[in-house]
Amino acid sequence: MKLEVLPWLILFLPLLAAGVITLFTLKNRVVSARLSIGAVVAGFVLSVLFIKLNGFHPEPKELLANWLSVGDLRVGFGLRLDPLSLLMLLVVTGVASAIHIYSHGYMEDDRGYPRYFAGLSLFTFSMLGIVLSTNFIQLFIFWELVGLSSYLLIGFWFEKPSAADAAKKAFLTNRLGDFGFMLGILVVWATLGSLDFAVLQDKLAADPQALGAMATAAGLLIFCGAVGKSAQFPLHVWLPDAMEGPTPVSALIHAATMVAAGVYMLCRVFFLLNAPALHVIAVIGGVTALLAAVIAIQQNDIKRILAYSTLSQLGYMVMAVGVAGAGGNPAPAMFHLATHACFKALLFLGAGSVILGLHHEQDIWKMGGLRTKMPVTYWTFLVATLALCGVPPFSGFYSKDAIIAAAQNDGPVLFGLGVVVAALTTFYMFRLVLVAFHGPAKSDAARHAHESPGVMAWPLRILAVPSLFAGFWGVEKLVGSMYVTEEAGHAVAWYQEIFAPFVQAPAAAFGGLAAVLIGFFLAYALYARATTDPLPEKLGALATAMRNRFYLDEFYEATVIRFQDMIAAIADWWDRWIIAGVVVKGTHGTTELFGRALRLVQTGNLQTYAFLFVLGVAVVLYFALGK
Amino acid sequence: METLLFYAFAALTVLCALLVVANPFSRNPVTSAMFLVLTIVSMAGLFVLLHAFFLAAVQILVYAGAVMVLFLFVIMLLNLKEEELRKIKRFSLVAGVVCVGAILALFLRSLIQARLSANLPASGAEGSTAALGKLLFTNYLLPFEIVSVLLLVAMVGVILLSKKELK
Amino acid sequence: MTPVGLEHYLVVSALLFALGLFGVITRRNLLIIYMSLELMLNAANLALVAFSRFNGNLDGQIMVFFIITVAAAEVAVGLALIVALYRKRQTAHVEDLTSLKL
Repeated sequence: MKLEVLPWLILFLPLLAAGVITLFTLKNRVVSARLSIGAVVAGFVLSVLFIKLNGFHPEPKELLANWLSVGDLRVGFGLRLDPLSLLMLLVVTGVASAIHIYSHGYMEDDRGYPRYFAGLSLFTFSMLGIVLSTNFIQLFIFWELVGLSSYLLIGFWFEKPSAADAAKKAFLTNRLGDFGFMLGILVVWATLGSLDFAVLQDKLAADPQALGAMATAAGLLIFCGAVGKSAQFPLHVWLPDAMEGPTPVSALIHAATMVAAGVYMLCRVFFLLNAPALHVIAVIGGVTALLAAVIAIQQNDIKRILAYSTLSQLGYMVMAVGVAGAGGNPAPAMFHLATHACFKALLFLGAGSVILGLHHEQDIWKMGGLRTKMPVTYWTFLVATLALCGVPPFSGFYSKDAIIAAAQNDGPVLFGLGVVVAALTTFYMFRLVLVAFHGPAKSDAARHAHESPGVMAWPLRILAVPSLFAGFWGVEKLVGSMYVTEEAGHAVAWYQEIFAPFVQAPAAAFGGLAAVLIGFFLAYALYARATTDPLPEKLGALATAMRNRFYLDEFYEATVIRFQDMIAAIADWWDRWIIAGVVVKGTHGTTELFGRALRLVQTGNLQTYAFLFVLGVAVVLYFALGK
Repeated sequence: METLLFYAFAALTVLCALLVVANPFSRNPVTSAMFLVLTIVSMAGLFVLLHAFFLAAVQILVYAGAVMVLFLFVIMLLNLKEEELRKIKRFSLVAGVVCVGAILALFLRSLIQARLSANLPASGAEGSTAALGKLLFTNYLLPFEIVSVLLLVAMVGVILLSKKELK
Repeated sequence: MTPVGLEHYLVVSALLFALGLFGVITRRNLLIIYMSLELMLNAANLALVAFSRFNGNLDGQIMVFFIITVAAAEVAVGLALIVALYRKRQTAHVEDLTSLKL
């Protein structure tokens, strides 16, 4: 393997940048931004270089350092380099680079500019750490670091109560999932006695029943972590609220980093998951995809629509992992993850561009007519939308098709669900595009909108390229090669690649395509000329429920949070009155009482002391001289 | 004769000591001091009866001479006239009686239990100046020198304490 | 009349000691307390001399000699302290000297 040092550099450059910014250059905006951007762009360049030199299949040599050993537990710190992690390395550094550069323009006027870049770098570092982890503990540490840095970034505008609350919500919801994840890790360690991915894989390959009765439980507990990080139902509530952070942060969270971590982790530990666990995973993913898509239809905030769309697409990915089946091939999930990272980042950055152009207006019903005023934003946004909807030959079509095809193999329910969600996706995305970019301008801000500067426009253009073409780059095969031995090479020409889905799984491809068409025509019919949303009248109570996210937040508020508050109140009461009151105050009160009583003995009168002294002598003498 | 002298001196000693601490007629410190002188002198008589001639002389010289004169000086210096009228509190009286009673009872009881007189005749230890001096400058030379240093230290200390302003 | 023995002297000594103690505890005047202390010292001296005589050993008398010396030094220092105290507080009564109490 050539240039072994490169992955280490890629991993630690962002951390170095974050450290230097926090410690030295908090006062200097330009240097801070350049450091942060430089670190991540260098990471991307070095990743490309490393893959160029070593290919996607470097010698399976893990660069290990023994980091912790307690009893039987050995925790190494190393870098795992295989197609899966190298692909993610590219995606993370690539998308993050675009977002970093974009932030340079977007956050221009913010007071906390250097702090923002420090957080961004820390975030990138944490995500790279997850990607390159060789064992569960290392993964978990970086996992938590991602949680922390997301907290810092979502709550970046911490003086705004809603942002602070959203950060807290994201952090706590994630913690809930992480608790399960940790239990899962413990179960794995207890049954298999190791936490290293390679060792675990070998053990399970040698004896598929090694996990015994705990197999399903371990799989589901580990999945808990993914439910939290990848915002699956029922822990999805934090993701829409995370929109309170700056828009590039949303892009980073939603595209390449945080939420991708859950899916990535599932693929990484895929060998641990057995059939029942995978079935649950598929169902949860499907439910999330459908639920989020339905909610997205009635959202009016441009970022919230995108947030629910992210939820929905994550549901797809998780479902893809689930339907792969034990010993199967979860490559479609990673494929979709990679393409989604590109076009979702593009969508968010486009939305950020719109928001900035309209002076922080986020309601799509106050936009309109932006097509001509913001051409670059419009066209790139359109590319991303088409990719998200799954229109051939955009990248999203191929990845989504792969998932639907896998679902088709699994059964009719999930297949139908996948198609319906595809239709819904097209519907709400074109609702967004038609209302925001077409039609007449619906507010003063929209009439005076202007295109964003080059530092923001260029990342959009750059991201549009993979959004368009990533479908042909063989991502699926690359990742798939990790799970199944490749069929003997049938090299296909690039033009054959375009039509491959229609040949290999025609039902899925045509089904998806039909869904896109239905969704598009519905959206066009309803929203092409609308100035207000016609849907609430037609759907009535259902639309209200959708708009209010099916009252899930309120439901949690009334049950989980109420319950928590009650326990907290009891604990508080116990601490305040029993621990601090009776025990602590009682002890010190008794001591004080005795002190006060004994203080009376101290008269300060010499002769009292003499009297007591002599009495003492008398008693001593009485015993000394014999009774 | 010796027995008679003992009882006379013993009675005088105890009586004078009583008048030092609890004189029913006068609470003037000067009176107490004078009775203390008498106590010490009669105790010197007891020393003589015990053949401690040197100590008897020292007792009179040092105590009755030096120490008591010092006391009288201080009494004059402080001019304690008004305080002498203060009443003795009942509590302290009771406390004193209890303490003294307890200690005295213990002493006397242990004396009775020991029954020493039967087999201990007065022996020939003569406390002459020569005998004491010989001991002092042979066996007890070191303590003797240390005591001299102690006296010097005490002198320095007193001078320091008596200065009006401590700097 | 029985010949005078050790216990006679010890009884006198005990009485003197008790009287001195009584004075220390009951009297309020620092000077009188000091005199009472001297009485107690003298009681101890008497006992020591008596022991020395009836044991045929001069060590007890040597001890008394030292005690007298130390007592002289002690009286000098003690009286100097009383004088210094009086200068500062204008009193020589223990009831007025209660700065040990908070």
